[in-house]
Amino acid sequence: MTKSTSTLNAGDPVISLHNVSKWYGQFQCLHNVSLDVGKGERVVVCGPSGSGKSTLIRCINRLEVHQEGQIVVKGLEMTDNIKSIDAIRRNIGMVFQNFNLFPHLTVLENLTLGPTLTRQMKKADADELAMHFLRKVRIPEQAQKYPLQLSGGQQQRVAIARSLCMEPEIMLFDEPTSALDPEMIKEVLDTMIELAQSGMTMIVVTHEMGFARTVADNVVFMADGRKIESAPPEEFFGNPREERTRAFLDQILKH
Amino acid sequence: MLDANPAYRQRPSRRMRDILYSESFRTAIYQIALAGAVGLLGLFLYQNVIENLQRQNIATGFGFLREISQFEIGETLIEYSSRDTYFRALVVGLLNTLKVSAAGIVLATLVGFCVGIARVSNNWLLQRIATGYVEIVRNIPVILQVIFWAAVIRNLPAPRQALDLWGTGFLSNRGLTVATPASDPAHLWMILAFVAGVALMVAGDRWAKRHREATGRHVDILWPGLALIVGLPLLVWLAFGAPHAISFPERKGFNFAGGSTVSPEFVALMTGISLYASGFIAEIVRAGIQATPKGQVEAARSIALRPRFIMRYVVLPQALRVIVPPLTSQYVSLIKNSSIAVVVGYPDLVNIGNTVMNQTGQAVEAIAVMMLVYLIVSLVTSTLMNLYNRLVAIKER
Repeated sequence: MTKSTSTLNAGDPVISLHNVSKWYGQFQCLHNVSLDVGKGERVVVCGPSGSGKSTLIRCINRLEVHQEGQIVVKGLEMTDNIKSIDAIRRNIGMVFQNFNLFPHLTVLENLTLGPTLTRQMKKADADELAMHFLRKVRIPEQAQKYPLQLSGGQQQRVAIARSLCMEPEIMLFDEPTSALDPEMIKEVLDTMIELAQSGMTMIVVTHEMGFARTVADNVVFMADGRKIESAPPEEFFGNPREERTRAFLDQILKH
Repeated sequence: MLDANPAYRQRPSRRMRDILYSESFRTAIYQIALAGAVGLLGLFLYQNVIENLQRQNIATGFGFLREISQFEIGETLIEYSSRDTYFRALVVGLLNTLKVSAAGIVLATLVGFCVGIARVSNNWLLQRIATGYVEIVRNIPVILQVIFWAAVIRNLPAPRQALDLWGTGFLSNRGLTVATPASDPAHLWMILAFVAGVALMVAGDRWAKRHREATGRHVDILWPGLALIVGLPLLVWLAFGAPHAISFPERKGFNFAGGSTVSPEFVALMTGISLYASGFIAEIVRAGIQATPKGQVEAARSIALRPRFIMRYVVLPQALRVIVPPLTSQYVSLIKNSSIAVVVGYPDLVNIGNTVMNQTGQAVEAIAVMMLVYLIVSLVTSTLMNLYNRLVAIKER
């Protein structure tokens, strides 16, 4: 894996945030955040809890609505136009901290729901696609089970496969390993590393600094709704510029 | 530790003490005492009733059920005349109760689900209308609502000026008269064939699930199942020579001839009790929808599902497991509410039971029969709904 790819030579950004701000009532949770992500680029967003990192990536597929600034995905600006929301969502997969699998559907049905309903694929084709991605995440034998019959790590891999079944160009990960037992974190990270190696554009909110070191092209540090610092991992971990970044890294790398 | 106390250990009756102070012994004693008290109370009431009846020279027992009723009933599902027995009259009443309850449950469920979904709609106007509807129908006593609908129907035009429903029927103060297939013996067999088709589909679904679990192969039984449900009655219909005569209603004198008529009493009662229940059902549906975790909707949005698909395939199936138990209570209470039929003169079980009671003087027995019948109907309803609930339950481990 090369870590030398930078934003500049990765071509035009597929995701471009420009001065994005958001308020919850009186409380401003995002302050003029700007971020460019190129095709195939892997960005890790970290920071203390409450820093707005989840809110930021949830704005990208409009699970949260930003009030100021611009979010442009593949040249299409995210507005309240339902057509552009739909088009952007089709292109972005999302993995949640709590998996959010549909508990009343089997694993296979979880995976085929999107393809059959939004992409209007035939059931047989959707099944084939789903099995393809279940093999990719190494749990094809669980296809007929229900989500709650699986372990946390397996559920999260199913969730990744569910997103991939929409064949998106971009994947967002919102703390994908935070709800997992320690022994299951690795299987999920391995899956994510494989995905990164296949050239997927990824934005990952995580506290897994090991993952950031090996996979990220860029590490973004956020605090209090502001982007504090952004740098390639070796620079970010080796020589952080900002005092707050140093304090944060000190705290989480101590153990 | 009590055992460590030597004074305690020296007591000769320690075994006895162990029993007296044991939790299971205490529980048993309380239960026996309660059962005894209830039994004594029952015995007292029973003897009291028997004594009073004997003093008034009223015969006890259910023999009166075999006597001739000598009264007519306006609306019957089975053959009945004043020369039939009280028992048959009560059966007519029960069937009428079941008829109005079944229709009421269907209407209440349809309206309730639509209004409940509208209650959580993003459409401000729709949401407000739904909220207003709920507050009105569930906060006005059901008996007033039934009387209200009876008054509305009574003020519809007479048959001569009836509202013509584009050639398919008439709406008048005699109720709703619609064109129906002319009665034919084939119909009963078609209904039986339909029931058989549904049963076969359920059995097929069970089989397909077992097959899938055993072999991993998925068999889709939806289409063969639907084919059975539609096809079996169709085959029966063809076997009877495809009777296709349709009876159209016509104005005749002061009434209609042909077609079939839903009586004003039935419509008033059914509308009243089902709209009343629909307000509660709407709230149950709303609660169920809001009980579905937010993450489920977010996950569905992130795979770009449209709002109506999110509702249909993600939210409602999960909301159902929260909805079904309180929905069962609403169904049961709707069935019981149908007993206010007497205020609009619909001949339900209580209405007819009343007449029977007045004619025979056998109040205790008649009421016992009615209570038992309602109990059975309600318990059967609950059981069916519980079975359904187990069907939609989420599989864990």
